[in-house]
Amino acid sequence: MEVVMAFVVGGMYAAAIYMMLRRSIVKLVIGLVLLSNAANLLIFTLAGMLPGAPPLIPPGATVPEGLSADPLAQAVVLTAIVIGFGVLAFAVVLIHRAYEVVKADDMDQMKDTDR
Amino acid sequence: MNMSVALPVIIPLLAGALSVMFWRSHFAQRALGVLGTGAMLAATVWLLMETWEHGHVVMEMGSWPAPFGIVLVSDMLAAIMVVLTGIIGFATALYSLSGIGKMSEKFGYYPLLHLLLAGVNGAFLTGDIFNLYVWFEVMLVASFALLILGGERSQMEGAIKYVTLNLLSSMIFLTAIGLTYGLTGTLNMADIGDKLSTVEDTGLITVIAMLYLVAFGVKAAAFPFFFWLPASYHTPKVAVSALFAGLLTKVGVYALFRVFTLIFNQDVDYTHEILLWVAAATMLTGVLGAAAHYEFRRILSFHIISQIGYMIMGLALFTPLALVGGVFYIMHHIIVKANLFLISGITFVMKGTHELKHMGGIYRTNPMLGVLFLIPALSLAGLPPLSGFFAKFIIIRAGIEAEAYWVVAVALVVGLLTLYSMIKIWAEVFWKAQPEGVEGELRDVSSGPMIWMWVPVIMLALMTVAIGLYGEPIYQMAAMSAEQLLDPSQYIEAVLGDSRQ
Amino acid sequence: MNMHSLILRTAGHFLLPLLLLFSVFLLLRGHDEPGGGFIGGLVAAAAIVLYLFSMDIRSARKVLRVDPRDLLGAGMVLAVVSALPAAFLGQAFFTAQWWEFTAPVFGEIKLSTVLIFDIGVYLVVIGSVLTIMLNLAEAED
Repeated sequence: MEVVMAFVVGGMYAAAIYMMLRRSIVKLVIGLVLLSNAANLLIFTLAGMLPGAPPLIPPGATVPEGLSADPLAQAVVLTAIVIGFGVLAFAVVLIHRAYEVVKADDMDQMKDTDR
Repeated sequence: MNMSVALPVIIPLLAGALSVMFWRSHFAQRALGVLGTGAMLAATVWLLMETWEHGHVVMEMGSWPAPFGIVLVSDMLAAIMVVLTGIIGFATALYSLSGIGKMSEKFGYYPLLHLLLAGVNGAFLTGDIFNLYVWFEVMLVASFALLILGGERSQMEGAIKYVTLNLLSSMIFLTAIGLTYGLTGTLNMADIGDKLSTVEDTGLITVIAMLYLVAFGVKAAAFPFFFWLPASYHTPKVAVSALFAGLLTKVGVYALFRVFTLIFNQDVDYTHEILLWVAAATMLTGVLGAAAHYEFRRILSFHIISQIGYMIMGLALFTPLALVGGVFYIMHHIIVKANLFLISGITFVMKGTHELKHMGGIYRTNPMLGVLFLIPALSLAGLPPLSGFFAKFIIIRAGIEAEAYWVVAVALVVGLLTLYSMIKIWAEVFWKAQPEGVEGELRDVSSGPMIWMWVPVIMLALMTVAIGLYGEPIYQMAAMSAEQLLDPSQYIEAVLGDSRQ
Repeated sequence: MNMHSLILRTAGHFLLPLLLLFSVFLLLRGHDEPGGGFIGGLVAAAAIVLYLFSMDIRSARKVLRVDPRDLLGAGMVLAVVSALPAAFLGQAFFTAQWWEFTAPVFGEIKLSTVLIFDIGVYLVVIGSVLTIMLNLAEAED
């Protein structure tokens, strides 16, 4: 299973970089979204893909019963998703405003600051 | 329980939350801006004194023991960095009283300022690698929003480049965290450092180290990842530029110092050799870019890059003296660079432009400002007896002792070129006569509501002189931090000491 | 922005209170089981956004009653303040404090700083999502 996921993650990184290299800003954002999802999937895979139960501790016990998934990796991925959500929301607002000001969806027309 | 280590994060968070609550009142926001950053400065000084006394100050957040919970750790380097954050935060808040304008306040300037400071302090103090990522993102989101306050075209374009490259580096950082976790099964930096020293496969560790180098290299604007900085730092409000110039790239440098002393110290010959090349290339490209430009803030932006090179050089040489030099350089640079940006704001109010060609004659009308510019400018170039001289002197001496003569040569040439472009600004803005066809002073800046712009500039200039003339305690602090950095077992013991027994 | 769909408008009317109630349920459930402030806040924000889509901006602002920025500020203050009680008891910041008591109807109730933090997160999420959404919707018009 990990081998399959490794290829999926690799494919996602490749697709993300490809999208980011396009000139359109919208595709740039799509690339960023893909990239953050690829990184999350990587962490998820690295924590080990076990057929385990959710890491919930039943009332009265101090350890989870039987084999359970790694909660830390899940917490990390969850936090990363939340942060990704916030940053993405900001990026969309930024692009919307940039589009209003520059009137173009083309990175090549955004070189005022490089002159 | 020692609270001092959490206050530099809690205070700006609370001040930020309160100033969101009072978003309707300009007065309340300004008052919270000055009081909040002032209280933070006091808290950071307290933390510095505590750290000076105890060596390390550790707090386990939520009382969850390390390495399972998140710890806040202050060693000497982190304590020095938060004090500098306090100084720059306070200076910026004072400057903003007359330099930021009602419109920016309406769009949440002060809450974002506090959030940014909380993010920076959190990044300096955290002892958990994933928490470091979280603070980085807090800082970035705040900086994105600050960058586009005003909404001009150049700001939008600069922001898109800034956002894209910084998000890319964040994702590389996250990937590196994932790989680190897969290898060690922990996220606590002290624990990672401890566990990695027992891992056999140094090749894999070096790969992860390079991922961290790229991720933090982008944040620190090191060669070859610096493009976003000169594309964006000259576009926002001057107060925001000064804050960014003083603090943001230095968080990247701090992270490099942290991981390449605490975690990746197995294969120093390989990793730090790469760092040395990066340092030399960063110094050189930065200063050459500065020499080619004729816009006040853009020249200063390129100088940030070249100065980052000196700091990384201190880390790359990896001798006690070199690390002292690196830390000393960071201290000197943050104060001087923020001050130069603040001065560019005053000249902008006078002349209405940042283009050197359209400025001139300020020394005649306002000699005081000329002197105030010369102090940080000559310090940046490294003239004695100002702070920059000692910073450069220590690093170059360390380079000679380590027999890395070619880097020393590069550093000396870059110092000379820095002097050249500082003199260029001095000659164009202050010394030459007012160009024909250009208006004189647009506004009087030495009285009335503009008076708050001067206070932080004078304060920071005095600090520059003080570090130069009375540098012994500063050197002692830098020496203590270098000693701690070179002996990571102290850090590991301070964080994990309880859980090991 | 207004989609003029009768089905959507009717559904929006009925779903709004249900979704808001569900979001509070998620928030309180987060105490011991899966749930919590973040997803609760997202559900509540989604409810308002659904209402915004089915009606228009003015009625969405009206049904919200307060400015989303006020929610954001109040939520942030609550979240930060929940870290402080522990410090006064000499423990590390964010150490959870629990108060248990018995109320006449509800039986045993456990209150904690964790709950205060979660309510703060709930408000911050609603406030920030709606600030962005309402601004975007206004820019569209």
